[in-house]
Amino acid sequence: MINQPRLVEGRRFVSMALAGQPNVGKSTVFNMLTGLSQHVGNWPGKTVERKTGQYTHAGQTIHLVDLPGTYSLTDNSEEERIARDFILRERPDVVIVIVNAAALERNLYLVAELLVLPVRIVVGLNMMDVAKQQGVEVEPHVLEAALRVPVVPLVATHNQGLYELMHAALHLAENGVNFAPNRPEIRPSHRAVLGDIRSLIAGKTPFPYPEDWAASKLLEGDVELTEAIRRSAPGQWERIHILLRQHEDASLDVAGGRYEWIERMVRAAILEPKAGVITLTDRLDRIALHPLLGIAVLIGIFGLVFWLTYTVALPIVDWLDAVVIFWLAESARGVLATGPAWLISLVVDGLIGGAGMVLVLLPVLGIFFAILGLLEDVGYLARSAYVMDRFMHWMGLHGRSFLPFFIGLGCNVPAVMGARVVGERRARLLTILLIPLVPCTARMAVIAFLAPAFFGERAALVTWGLVTINIVALALTGIVINRTVFKGEHVAFIMEMPLYHLPNARTIGLFVWNNTWSFVKKAGTLILLVSALVWALAYFPSGHIHTSLLARMGRWLEPLGQPMGLADWRMMVALLSSFIAKENTIAVLGILYGTESQLGLTTQVARALSTSSALAFLVIQMTFIPCVATVAAIKQETGWRWTGFSVGFLLILSLCFGILTYQVACLAGL
Amino acid sequence: MADQNKCLQTLSDLAAKRRASVQVLRGGKDFTGRMAVLGFVPGSVVTVIQNYGRGPVLVTVKDVRIALGRGEALKVLVEVLPEE
Repeated sequence: MINQPRLVEGRRFVSMALAGQPNVGKSTVFNMLTGLSQHVGNWPGKTVERKTGQYTHAGQTIHLVDLPGTYSLTDNSEEERIARDFILRERPDVVIVIVNAAALERNLYLVAELLVLPVRIVVGLNMMDVAKQQGVEVEPHVLEAALRVPVVPLVATHNQGLYELMHAALHLAENGVNFAPNRPEIRPSHRAVLGDIRSLIAGKTPFPYPEDWAASKLLEGDVELTEAIRRSAPGQWERIHILLRQHEDASLDVAGGRYEWIERMVRAAILEPKAGVITLTDRLDRIALHPLLGIAVLIGIFGLVFWLTYTVALPIVDWLDAVVIFWLAESARGVLATGPAWLISLVVDGLIGGAGMVLVLLPVLGIFFAILGLLEDVGYLARSAYVMDRFMHWMGLHGRSFLPFFIGLGCNVPAVMGARVVGERRARLLTILLIPLVPCTARMAVIAFLAPAFFGERAALVTWGLVTINIVALALTGIVINRTVFKGEHVAFIMEMPLYHLPNARTIGLFVWNNTWSFVKKAGTLILLVSALVWALAYFPSGHIHTSLLARMGRWLEPLGQPMGLADWRMMVALLSSFIAKENTIAVLGILYGTESQLGLTTQVARALSTSSALAFLVIQMTFIPCVATVAAIKQETGWRWTGFSVGFLLILSLCFGILTYQVACLAGL
Repeated sequence: MADQNKCLQTLSDLAAKRRASVQVLRGGKDFTGRMAVLGFVPGSVVTVIQNYGRGPVLVTVKDVRIALGRGEALKVLVEVLPEE
């Protein structure tokens, strides 16, 4: 079983995978080991995040792959299939399993599953400090002797034990010939049938599945494995199928058997049985999970997000806009002074005016991701799903769907992908259809930019009103679609509530960095191109905006804008350009209303619109079709049919809202 | 059903602080499979932490807090253990 050393550019490297159940501090371990050397992407053909990184131990380069957090290796979710396929196909030299010492039995379930695979394992016994606080004393060497697998105690948040962990892992990678762990066995009641299945599939198990493992997964009712064996062993399938039908209860029995084995393993290793201490988590949960107080806490957190955005981020945005962008534009003008007029216009009005406007939004995004990362890291995010569960049921969804909505406040794109946490297909589909109604930071930034210009001191009130319209629209749409299209199907809510713990600056920092950087990359390519395109449309053929191609397009759309009070073609163009990216609205307004005037963009835009038109514009902006990146994500997750439905629905909804707002506002005499 | 032999209750009926032993999981294979992995196997002890009679139920199983929707808690049949 010893692997040949792998060579990359003539240098030997060791490949390791990091496995673990959710909420065991696995990402902390990964972040501590790899830091900024990590690369974040997706698993090939999947929308599950794939993190890789490098770590050097005693001069040896180790390639580390962070497997998705999974409770088991049974085919319950995409993450579980990815984790087991990686281990079976790529055969890493060592799999490091991180377990939570404070919940050892449940965590060893994954270890029990990994031990039967042909791979060497090191166990990182994390959160030793938390276990101690709860009155649990775990003896690593006793557990090591029972499992016959290296066990290294860790406090990953304090960088304790990580060196020893990697030392043990590397030692195992290089000298692991005699790796012979204690492996769990099936309960006697199913031993005979397992043997029968094992002999039926002998020689007919497709790559990369080991036969022993495949036989036990068949008994567990694993869908992917069952399908694979049905195809690879058609001659035996009928007999296998009969055996499986006769032992339909086996899946509970296999799981129960694993837990019995685990109990035997930990019996000697846990010194002090848990005393009935009331922990900090218990105390905090009495508030955070209370049906009324919990909602109050959640609303308070949203208030905090908005407050921080307005008080911390917006002054930075204003400064970047007024000082940095102005300076950039002036310097560019100076450098290009002798160049042709169109080039100066392209760089100053097109590129700096467009993409520069986008980059000034980074503080808003950064603050949101910092808060989201903090809430996730301290363990609060799961609580928000719990308190919202009741309300989500109105829409035929459950608490888990609230998490993508929460992420959607930052950016709709990861939210659509994050909808995968909602297991069931219909619930996931509905969640994805509703996400575009969650106002993302880009939309909110447009509002934060324009509302003060339009409404002065009443801007905050208008903003709250706009957000409320979106929430009500989201809830009503959800209720209607659930009652009509999905006919109220039930979905299961099963979710772990992790222990609260102190936030880790490094984890949150990397979370903010990875998310903001992916936004910058998007802004750096797609939005820059669009800015150049909009500039070209606004510059050609005459060099003057009012006779440009863009003006012609906008004027052509004016009749549509009439009932919404948007007779100014520039507003229609700004709205259309928000399809490329929401923040483009500001960028395009910047180009259309010019950057050279001393009046400032907001004042100029405010002068162009009446109060009712401005209100209608903001309402449409908040409910308009999502940006192209979100549409692409929806297409990837649901296919063309639902994407078309989503875009068409939101287009009609936003235009109706716009007309309604304008007409009502006009009647009210605004 | 074997439900009548012992005095079985659904997990959703249990008040906070009550302990019980899991006996039967009702529902499809997908549901029972997911629950079993989390430690809801026959014989394991669950403690109810929060149950307000509506909305989700919070329990501890194998030292981990798990939230279950009311519908899911209805599918877990348990035998109530005496209070300590």
